[in-house]
Amino acid sequence: MTKTRRSEEVFRRLKKNWQLYVIIALPVLILLVFSYGPMYGLQIAFKDFIPTRGFAGSSWVGMKHFKTFVTSYQFGRLIKNTLMISLYSLIANFPVAIILAVAVNECKCKWYKKTVQMVTYAPHFISTVVMAGIVLMVLSPYSGIVNNIIQLFGKERVDFMAKPEFFKHIYVWSGVWQTMGFNSIIYISALAGIDPTLHEAAVMDGASRWQRIVNVDLPGITPTIVTMLIMNCGRIMTVGYEKILLLQNSVNMSASDVISTYVYRVGLENAQYSFSTAVGLFNAVINCTLLVLVNKIAKRVSETSLW
Amino acid sequence: MKVRTTDRWFSFMVYALLTVILILIAFPLIYLVSASFSDPQAVISGRVWLLPVNFTLKGYEAIFKDQSLIRGFMNSVFITVAGTALNIIVTVMMAYPISRKNFYGRKFFTLFMMFTMFFSGGLVPTFLLINQLSMYNSYWAIILPGCVGVTNVIICRTYFESSIPDELYEAASLDGCDDFGFLTRIVLPLSKPVLAVLVLYYAVGHWNSYFKEMIYLEDKMKYPLQVVLRQIIIMSQIADEMMLDFSTAERVQGMADLLKYSTIVVSSLPMLILYPFIQKYFVKGVMIGSVKG
Repeated sequence: MTKTRRSEEVFRRLKKNWQLYVIIALPVLILLVFSYGPMYGLQIAFKDFIPTRGFAGSSWVGMKHFKTFVTSYQFGRLIKNTLMISLYSLIANFPVAIILAVAVNECKCKWYKKTVQMVTYAPHFISTVVMAGIVLMVLSPYSGIVNNIIQLFGKERVDFMAKPEFFKHIYVWSGVWQTMGFNSIIYISALAGIDPTLHEAAVMDGASRWQRIVNVDLPGITPTIVTMLIMNCGRIMTVGYEKILLLQNSVNMSASDVISTYVYRVGLENAQYSFSTAVGLFNAVINCTLLVLVNKIAKRVSETSLW
Repeated sequence: MKVRTTDRWFSFMVYALLTVILILIAFPLIYLVSASFSDPQAVISGRVWLLPVNFTLKGYEAIFKDQSLIRGFMNSVFITVAGTALNIIVTVMMAYPISRKNFYGRKFFTLFMMFTMFFSGGLVPTFLLINQLSMYNSYWAIILPGCVGVTNVIICRTYFESSIPDELYEAASLDGCDDFGFLTRIVLPLSKPVLAVLVLYYAVGHWNSYFKEMIYLEDKMKYPLQVVLRQIIIMSQIADEMMLDFSTAERVQGMADLLKYSTIVVSSLPMLILYPFIQKYFVKGVMIGSVKG
């Protein structure tokens, strides 16, 4: 009885809102083809894919490609580079954005605050290609400003891009330079949302400005910080390959090769479709697991979660 | 009330910190612009610090001798306009139904969309699919996959939910207005602020993107600006007609660097001009997007 009434209700709502389904059909179709379509293609990670035979015609090989990858000599290097670069960039980016936000929030001079925000947001709009170009030019052994400064102190000019040991630092700190302003926006708006009576009460209790930051501001933006942290942890295995590809060269490869650039090189340049799909899938599964895990931990610790 | 000395120190530290950050960010940008207007020899010998030395426009003259930059610019304009138009249409079409509370399947469609944010088929299966659909070397491969930007749909949906009251829909419904009419005649005119934010997000994304264009476009005539820039700045593939007047190796190196400085400045110019006007919309977008979905 209740079941028929429920389905009648559903049917009534479907009929009443049929236009909504017509509207949503196009984007759903696009997602189905271009986002879910490639997921169907993931099966080639378990096959020896031969383009002329198609997805269905190629023969199954089970976990062969995964085994090859895990036992290959690049495996250790790729995992190490991917983790190092992304953890380093997480650790560098997070505090800088928060410190900048707190400093901007504490700046009482209106026009100076506006200027700082304007200038620090600007690099966010520079494209990846131009950003990599700027890095190469600034560090250039011929005309780069950094080398000019080094020479001023009487030291030898350094070809930074040809030294693997510098790669991580160059990648991470150019990223900090480009994104710190934009990353700080979310904290600045969270700081602006803190109840001013809390600050008034702290002033009455004789708290200094520094004490107010530690005891009022930082606890106030903790939920925002945790949310941002979860989102970033889920992406720990996805390093921005677009910038790395541009900064990568044969000399610094030992430090700059990460999983995603490896997938690109092996998959599209060498056309080893099945193997590189397996590597990509391996990476995606770790990412998904990390996200779920971190979200669970965050839920327990601070009652903030993504879903 | 008396200002405490510790607080005065604190103020000083805040301003000092902000000034250091300001210099660190602005200096490389100023240096790039100055270097692009300076004599290459002065740049190489390290005489350029803040202002151009031996002012010259050689770099700018040289880069316009080659057609590829201008062609790339025009291609980028086309991709950005067409791509953004498509983005906006499908984003609104996705966001509007899932913003309506009485839409049956709302949860399902939201999950269906969100899932693609956390898991995807990856580079190679996507590449193979594009090839199978014979979209290789066509602009469709650039603008169609990924045209439903999930975060942007969420921004749009959140805006619809929070700023268009249910009463408005009920009133319109009583007057015989259906969903098509409600979306086009009431929702869209009321959503101009969020549409502006979305246009900017998508447009900047298209303008700055190079990777998809690099792997899907084969024909050099179709290359957008960023791909051309990659050839010039990163790979130092500089057309011969740009370098005609230079012979010795050192001068060639100097000129190549000058060309790169000029190219960086010219290609960033459109953004730089628009930036002061669009900055506040970006900030607004971050605010709307930060409201949890």
